[in-house]
Amino acid sequence: MNIRPDPTFHASPKLAMEAPAENFAYTLLISPDFSKPDALAVVDVKRGSPTYAQVVHTVTMPNRGDEFHHFGWNACSSSLSPLTGHAFLERRYLIIPGIRSSRIYVIDTKPDPTKARIHKIIEPEEMFKKTGYSRPHTIHCGPEGIYVSTLGGGGKQGIDGPPGVFIMDCQTFDILGRWEIDRGLQDKHYDFWWNLPRDYMVSSEWAVPPQFENGIVPEELLANKYGHRIHFWDLRQRCNVQTIDLGANHQMALEVRPAHDPSREYGFLGVVVDTTNLEGSIWTWWREGGKFHIEKSATIPAEPAEKDDLPPLLQGFGAVPPLVTDIDLSMDDRFLYVSCWGTGEMRQYDVSEPKMPKLTGSVHIGGIARRTPHPNGKAYAGGPQMVEISRDGKRVYWTNSLYSTWDNQFYPDGVPAAEVMAIATLGGGLELAQDYWVSFPDGYRAHQIRLEGGDCSTDSFCYPSA
Amino acid sequence: MMSGAYHGVNPGMGWPLAVSAGLMERSSRALWAALASLVLGHLLSMLAAILPFALLATLLDWQRQIQIAASLLLMGFGGFLLIRPRHPRALARIPPSQLMLWSFAVAVAHGAGLMLVPIYLGLCRSSDMDSGHRAVGVLINSSFDVALLVCLVHTLVLFVAAGISAWLVYRYLGLKFISRSWFNLDAIWAMSLVAIGALSLI
Repeated sequence: MNIRPDPTFHASPKLAMEAPAENFAYTLLISPDFSKPDALAVVDVKRGSPTYAQVVHTVTMPNRGDEFHHFGWNACSSSLSPLTGHAFLERRYLIIPGIRSSRIYVIDTKPDPTKARIHKIIEPEEMFKKTGYSRPHTIHCGPEGIYVSTLGGGGKQGIDGPPGVFIMDCQTFDILGRWEIDRGLQDKHYDFWWNLPRDYMVSSEWAVPPQFENGIVPEELLANKYGHRIHFWDLRQRCNVQTIDLGANHQMALEVRPAHDPSREYGFLGVVVDTTNLEGSIWTWWREGGKFHIEKSATIPAEPAEKDDLPPLLQGFGAVPPLVTDIDLSMDDRFLYVSCWGTGEMRQYDVSEPKMPKLTGSVHIGGIARRTPHPNGKAYAGGPQMVEISRDGKRVYWTNSLYSTWDNQFYPDGVPAAEVMAIATLGGGLELAQDYWVSFPDGYRAHQIRLEGGDCSTDSFCYPSA
Repeated sequence: MMSGAYHGVNPGMGWPLAVSAGLMERSSRALWAALASLVLGHLLSMLAAILPFALLATLLDWQRQIQIAASLLLMGFGGFLLIRPRHPRALARIPPSQLMLWSFAVAVAHGAGLMLVPIYLGLCRSSDMDSGHRAVGVLINSSFDVALLVCLVHTLVLFVAAGISAWLVYRYLGLKFISRSWFNLDAIWAMSLVAIGALSLI
């Protein structure tokens, strides 16, 4: 506990944008064949540093087969609300869940990111016993502690009972128990986020474990059996207040990105694929008159391709779906970045008018059929995937791997770890930085990135930027 | 008066919530409405702590035992807060729309009302106290009405101090001031509970 609030906690998104830039990017490294332990790489992103864009420290885990996916901080700007009573926590620990093993690692990043080390390991049995959930996924720090969403229920297959959200103590990291009291229609899970002063939470659906652990199941996808609903919750009453079905053909509703400014009651949702035409889509949700609404606000078409350029999975379609696997919203709520992992494109939309996104920038790199190299000439396998924006909105970082078994289906030649960065031009536009190319150790794939001091998908704010 | 002023300017006691309300609604009326809820909740918590003792105090025969019990209770609570400086999770479950309840609960959890009990029971001998407390001690010896008055004055000062803080941040200083003005006083608070409990035993 500190005497003063952590200087990386900001009352409003505007203050977060004005704070000093990030010096480090934490990147999750995955061993796709589980032959070695997963790791956390610390990349130096300080301009002018002799080790710029290089891995300066690695924390290797003691176990194998964890499959790291998403991760988050023990505490963030939400601590600055007196309501939570946590004003003097530090942004210090990274909470890294293994989506395959259900094990959770707590990594201490103090006194310096280059000395990061394991602080605590929470074994899967504790989660199974206390929550009945498995396969932890998204981490957010909130009013009652650390919230963790899961993709699996109980049992070996993770299908005994629905998945949900559980809470961890933000100081001891003990698992406290399930969060939801009334889940309504929710039977699958993926991402979740909230608006703290307005007291609601939004969650999405990917799939149940048998639908993703051994790869995508084409029959299930064509039968529209993956997630296609969005759920709205009363955060402190812990109950589902509304569920909206996007339509069964909108398969895999993934990232939920509410506006950062809590006075704005809208947000975005990315949908991976429309099974009628292989399109990817962006949806805008909002609250009006006490009810939530959602509509499709942008679509990204599939691109025709020769059969020889396609993996067996897609040869019957003669086209590459964009596969919208991640979206991220800049801190000023102005630009939405959309990863098209299939076609190999990072899109930038101006969402000043939330229901009318305007395409303002695009960068091609990788892709199933395009296989665009980096401007520095290096080959980039996979496509743009987990994307993270610096707080000031000027730098956009992304990696290239989705999930071990899915990578193998869409990119059979493998997806060696890559991390690139693009510079966002003031007022719109995006260009890859020539000098940002991180070399990772062989045999790893790269997944989510977290920036030192918080980024555009970690912190929740309790005060508007006005 | 002093404790009211301290409570008022301490961000942990809730005035940032009033700033947030004002900014969210884009109206200063929302700021004052939120502040009123916070202050009322605080007042109710003090009354909730004092009233049982006020009723007990009518049992004159048992006065000394009640005094000792109250002091031990206060010291015990202060000690507990020192050993376990955590906030009950129940506080985090109160929705932001119920600021009065939150303020009441937070004040109860911190033992704010308890602190007034020994003073109210007239346990503080003037010889042990500074002149400010002596005045309070004399006041409180007189009657129950005066105890209410002390609560109200404390609350009024709190309202003014918190109001000034919230208004300055809302209008002039900006949100940066919230984190700048916030100090972790949990340990000091817990020790002051123990100290007052101990003093009143003497």
